[in-house]
Amino acid sequence: MTGSSPAVVSASKLGLTFQTNDGPVQALSNVDLTIGKGEFVSLIGPSGCGKTTLLRVIADLEKPTSGMISVNGMTPEQAREKRAYGYVFQAAALFPWRTIERNVALPLEIMGLSKTEQAERIKRTLDLVNLTGFEKKYPWQLSGGMQQRASIARALAFDADLLLMDEPFGALDEIVRDHLNEQLLQLWGRTNKTICFVTHSIPEAVYLSTRIVVMSPRPGRVSDIIESTLPKERPLDIRETPEFLAIAARVRDGLRAGHSYDD
Amino acid sequence: MDTFRDKLVPVTSILAGVIVLWYVFAVILNAPFQRDLDTRANETPGAVEFIGKTLSQPKPTLPAPHQVAVNFFENTFLRPITSNRSLVYNAWVTLSSTLLGFAFGTALGIVIAVGIVHVATLDRSLMPWIIASQTIPILAVAPMIIVVLAAIGITGLIPKAMISTYLSFFPVTVGMVKGLRSPEIMHLDLMHTYNASRTQTFWKLRVPASVPFLFTSMKVAVAASLVGAIVGELPTGAVAGIGAKLLAGAYYSQSIDIWSALVAGSIVAALLVMVVGIAGRIVDRAMGGRPA
Repeated sequence: MTGSSPAVVSASKLGLTFQTNDGPVQALSNVDLTIGKGEFVSLIGPSGCGKTTLLRVIADLEKPTSGMISVNGMTPEQAREKRAYGYVFQAAALFPWRTIERNVALPLEIMGLSKTEQAERIKRTLDLVNLTGFEKKYPWQLSGGMQQRASIARALAFDADLLLMDEPFGALDEIVRDHLNEQLLQLWGRTNKTICFVTHSIPEAVYLSTRIVVMSPRPGRVSDIIESTLPKERPLDIRETPEFLAIAARVRDGLRAGHSYDD
Repeated sequence: MDTFRDKLVPVTSILAGVIVLWYVFAVILNAPFQRDLDTRANETPGAVEFIGKTLSQPKPTLPAPHQVAVNFFENTFLRPITSNRSLVYNAWVTLSSTLLGFAFGTALGIVIAVGIVHVATLDRSLMPWIIASQTIPILAVAPMIIVVLAAIGITGLIPKAMISTYLSFFPVTVGMVKGLRSPEIMHLDLMHTYNASRTQTFWKLRVPASVPFLFTSMKVAVAASLVGAIVGELPTGAVAGIGAKLLAGAYYSQSIDIWSALVAGSIVAALLVMVVGIAGRIVDRAMGGRPA
């Protein structure tokens, strides 16, 4: 698909079947996907379409039961051991007993970085997410949006080239969400990271992505992949342009074709 | 201040109720013996005088609150604390073995919990034994521990502390197993994405997450520890300690002494639980806990 840039994530015929008490559930079936370096790829679909499962397979939090997947040319497990990616969860998942800066320091401590190196990276990443001045605060002293920004800083702190984000703004109100979407795009522009972003919001997916992967449920599969024609510079009001609305309509068509709107 | 008053009113009204009931029962329970005495002395006192007498017997069936209070005051404040009749001295003897046993018990409880959480075999094999250990009546085990240890030359503080340990490790084990397993899946996944080792996950996630559970279980453990120390004093020949006072009081029918020793024991227990609670709150604040 994006032949020119080297693939960061490459999956072919990927399948995952969970064994449950109600029998096997096919969470992923025949997923083919390539994510090139520097791309911003969104996975969108209704709940149960396997978008989070796919992200967790990339992160080696789930093991696929069939097919092939590689991350940076390695197995997901090897990639995880090399700390190839930062993962942002649905909730901020900050440790309540650590201050913001100690939370950002957590992966750095685990990697065994020196104190001075830690301090430098904490300063840089907190600056990147506009949380300078909140270093000594505890998570409960911050708003939900600020907490999620801190968790993004934590995922950025160890300089992985790949950022995996699982509905990171899903629990936030729309105003905060718009603001964070804008900031995330700026951050992506500045850091040149590859981002794989799970969402169930069509405007969010269209606004952020260079490519939108539409998924559908039962079994979880990729039903359409849409290349965005929007420029890299995207002010918030780009969402009112005909071009934006056309892409959103295509995403909606893709969801409908995957029977996502069926009862 | 308001919370203090909110607590003060209910606590004092309950206390007042208990004291009134206590007086009523003291009169009822001491009346037969007093009637007996009066009949033999050919006296027919009026109701008020009779009630007064039931509340001032030297060896009453149930001592009146003021009798216990006077005895407690005399034995706490009016005796040199080196005297073996001083409640302060006896409370200290019990307290020292309580604290030693509590320290052992907490350490043992934590070690067992860590084992159970990290070794699947221990999880399956150890827990039934631990629960079984607590179903054995401590009154049956305590003399055996004392006698066996005395036979191999260990006497004094250690045997009593061991009984405290026996009672106090259990709540700590149960609490810490729960605490060490309390981290959310998301936090464990997070550590997994960092490729954190088991040791790192243990120290950076499981241990801090278990701290509130530890203090809750330590509150139970410290009270159990005190009970263990008192029970441990009963078969030691009753030299000193709150348990020894209880036993001596029972020998010589000094019911007032028994009750004031009980009061001393309760005060020690309340203080111990309070100290653990305060320590817990200080640690919680240091770990960024939200002020309540």
